[in-house]
Amino acid sequence: MKENNGPILELRGVSKYYGSTSALHDINLQVENGEFLTLLGPSGCGKTTILRIFSGFETPTKGEVLLNGKVINDIVPEKRKLNTVFQNYALFPHMSVHDNVAFGLRMQKRPADEIKTRVQEALRMVHLENYAQRMPGQLSGGQQQRVAIARAVVNNPMVLLLDEPFSALDFKLRKQMQFEIKHLQRQLGITFIFVTHDQEEAFAMSDRVVVMNEGYIEQIGSPQEIYEEPENLFVARFVGEINILEGVILEVQENNAYLADVGGVTFPLRTRRNFAVDEKVLVLLRPEDLKIYHPHDEDLEGPHLYGRINESVYKGATVDLTITLDNGQRIQAAEFFNEDDADINYNIGERVAVSWVAGWEVVLDNAGE
Amino acid sequence: MQANNRFRLFSISSVWLWLGLFALLPNLALFLVSFLDRGETDFFIPVFTLDNYSRLLDPAFIRIFWDSMYLASISTLVCLLLGYPFAYLLARSSKRMRPWLMLLVVVPFWTNSLIRTYALIIILKTQGLINKLFIWLGLADGPFSLMYSDFAVFMGLTYTLLPFMILPLYASIEKLDVRLLDAAKDLGAGTLRSFWHVTLPLTLPGIVAGSILVFLPALGTFYVPEILGGATNMLLGTFIKNQFLVARDWPLGAAASTILTLLLVLLALIYRMSSRKAAETPLTEKGKKKGAADA
Repeated sequence: MKENNGPILELRGVSKYYGSTSALHDINLQVENGEFLTLLGPSGCGKTTILRIFSGFETPTKGEVLLNGKVINDIVPEKRKLNTVFQNYALFPHMSVHDNVAFGLRMQKRPADEIKTRVQEALRMVHLENYAQRMPGQLSGGQQQRVAIARAVVNNPMVLLLDEPFSALDFKLRKQMQFEIKHLQRQLGITFIFVTHDQEEAFAMSDRVVVMNEGYIEQIGSPQEIYEEPENLFVARFVGEINILEGVILEVQENNAYLADVGGVTFPLRTRRNFAVDEKVLVLLRPEDLKIYHPHDEDLEGPHLYGRINESVYKGATVDLTITLDNGQRIQAAEFFNEDDADINYNIGERVAVSWVAGWEVVLDNAGE
Repeated sequence: MQANNRFRLFSISSVWLWLGLFALLPNLALFLVSFLDRGETDFFIPVFTLDNYSRLLDPAFIRIFWDSMYLASISTLVCLLLGYPFAYLLARSSKRMRPWLMLLVVVPFWTNSLIRTYALIIILKTQGLINKLFIWLGLADGPFSLMYSDFAVFMGLTYTLLPFMILPLYASIEKLDVRLLDAAKDLGAGTLRSFWHVTLPLTLPGIVAGSILVFLPALGTFYVPEILGGATNMLLGTFIKNQFLVARDWPLGAAASTILTLLLVLLALIYRMSSRKAAETPLTEKGKKKGAADA
């Protein structure tokens, strides 16, 4: 492959309309060579449309698609050096595993002995070297999935596109396949673009995640950035449980520090966003960021909110608590067991004090959603 | 469970009884008669002979058999070439369009096929529709007739039998997963090659079923060749009919008919082989089918 420092795949101002309904709005996206990028979002958010624009099955209504710096809008799917692992695998039912995997190479008219060795190599990579003569109908779902992956990677694509490839697998197999795909990507060193609606799956595998909603990109970033620094409420809510508290800025201090009234209590806040005094804000807190105390605990210091335990669910590694604050709002907290503090069992109805790890809060402006 | 089993027994045995009484038994009788001798006063006498089959080796009959095979093959081929694109369009048409296209296929069945064959005369005869059209287009300068020729018979067969080609083709094309065509394209196959490597092999059962459904009637029908072909060339169907109704030679007719039945069995075997090859369905579906059969 040619050395190219620019993005391997790029969308420039891409929009897609189906009649009058629009599926994508002015999408700009750069995919770096060798990265594992995930398009994450609820169904109908446009993530599969982007994948199909890359593979060539859809053409953008507006904008440009670039592969390795060249515009490929008018290039048909069969001429693109990209391969897809389809959601339902789409294996050819009338061909053996070997013939399925060999299909792409045969279309390129590679010599027979080269095809043989490359197919064997690809099947070895997915641990199916002994299944070459089976028909797809004789394989389990997980095995069919592996054949689909082998059939795509055997062609040495510049980018591998994966369209919700695990949606038909059970939980355990899914976990295993996630691990194997990630391993495969490191081994091959080629760019993977993965589409999923499952945030855990996205986080477990990706270098970067693109969170999408209703045809817009909401945020692009590493899994950690997406989870810890969501740029808006949609992202915050989509990638896990979150508590949203309303507040008003009381005082602007140095270094992006603020004092704010949250639920009638003055809390210090830290954020890279700029706010003015009297501005309404939302304070976003993950359940695991919350600290729960007994009201008369001697460790108790700093500001906190009071409430009552509503529900307590033992989860093994954590205890998940539902707390009703005195202002009536319900919040979720997850307390981890640790050796210092074995006493995280609370009775229902028990009064507790709630605060959070300072600086872990995300502050967004309250645009009156 | 009990009532269910009894219902099953009843429905299956009644179908078997019906088929046995009205299909198997007459065929068996025909098969027996084909080995019996002709009688002076009776249609046949109970004397075993292979004479009827050796009489079929007569060049005149072989000519009839050959002509029929030829005409039936051409009709089948043309039905396939006309029917496949239409069936493809039908299977890929929108939900709104499909009933209307389907209507085009079904509408001919609303009129008796004998009457439709007579209607063809109006189109094919001297001063008929085709004749007039050709004159109007300047392709012909006088009256001509297409009637009483192989062409007329071929037209009649193709016209009458086309729906029998389209329906099984439609069924198998409709079942074809379009995502497989996406996969073929994704792997570098152009439209033509993905048709050849994916669409064609996967719709082969439909092609074979349609071809059998066209070929056999084309071989055996007697009214179409008789009405449109006149007395010029006898075909197999007419030959068999004549043995029974005109020549009163039941054993010979039975022998010719048996040959036709054997041909049918042979084609049915080919069909089974082709559909078994193409029917490597995924495990889950197989399980479902098995479950349905067990239930």
